Amino acid sequence: MAETYIARGKAVAARALGGEMMIMSVADSTVFALDEVATILWKSADGVTPLETIVRDHVCAAYEVSPETAIRDAEDFCRELSGSGILLTSDRPIAGAAR
Amino acid sequence: MNVLERGYGGYLSRAAADVQLEVTLVDGPQADPSAELVVQREGKTWHLLRGDLRAEWNRATGRGRVWQNLNSYSTDVVLRILHTLILAGQDGVLLHAASAKVGDRAFAFSGVSGAGKTTISRLAPNYVTLFTDEISYLKMENGEFRAWGTPFSGELAKPGPNSWARLARVFLLRQGPENSIEPMERHEAVCSVLRNVLFFADDPELAGRVLETVCRLVETVPVQRLTFRPEAAIWDLVTSMENG
Repeated sequence: MAETYIARGKAVAARALGGEMMIMSVADSTVFALDEVATILWKSADGVTPLETIVRDHVCAAYEVSPETAIRDAEDFCRELSGSGILLTSDRPIAGAAR
Repeated sequence: MNVLERGYGGYLSRAAADVQLEVTLVDGPQADPSAELVVQREGKTWHLLRGDLRAEWNRATGRGRVWQNLNSYSTDVVLRILHTLILAGQDGVLLHAASAKVGDRAFAFSGVSGAGKTTISRLAPNYVTLFTDEISYLKMENGEFRAWGTPFSGELAKPGPNSWARLARVFLLRQGPENSIEPMERHEAVCSVLRNVLFFADDPELAGRVLETVCRLVETVPVQRLTFRPEAAIWDLVTSMENG
């Protein structure tokens, strides 16, 4: 199965608020509030680390969740945010992503 | 010109202006609020374009030019948009909200059209000084958020006074069968307030500043959900709240 790589979109503004991350799309001012796990994924979205590795190293290591459930939830999250341009996804490393 | 004088007369000053606009009257279409508005930056110059107006403003010099036909609405639109750009860089926002001063405290009542901004403004008793029934001017100064009077009025067509007060509370409005005030989670408050911020520019730097300002607002000023019946007693409930 192909790897999935994720990177933060360029036309976004982000700001930590408590333990959560607020993300705003510059294009249409849509705002997303990311919970703790989503914030981990967002912060780890460097374009070069496979999503599965991020989930295994940062989500499963910190929360009592099976790898299958965690990766499924992570894929749902990525699908939702990529639809708004907040997150970029690709089956190969994403060049020039913010780290 | 009379309309402009009525709206902005209270804001005239002999002090040097930070922003200077030269308005040229041209033949063109009438103001159309539903027309598409484009706000773009090219270097240090902002360009505003709508069917009835064209404007450019250099943020470094503070000078700009406006081309419009003879109507006050186009001028009003340009001034509102310029304020959103200027305030974004100064820890402030224009918010779709009525706001008012009671003693040394200010309250903002935010919501989309129909949420009750005009209604709650109409219900304000005599001891309340109305800043605006439509567009509130909120800005952080000296470590606190302040609400200012604005000439940007809505249905009441009554410009606010050129004064300010410490912003004690922001309410997200909705009308309902009973009066109630409920707390909001911070992330919910940020999303709700941001939905009502006037911001037109497709600009990552300014968008970041606006997000930062709204987050700081939510961190320092109580933001709550206010459900109200259209009756004057709502002001008793609002002003009975402790200092934020």
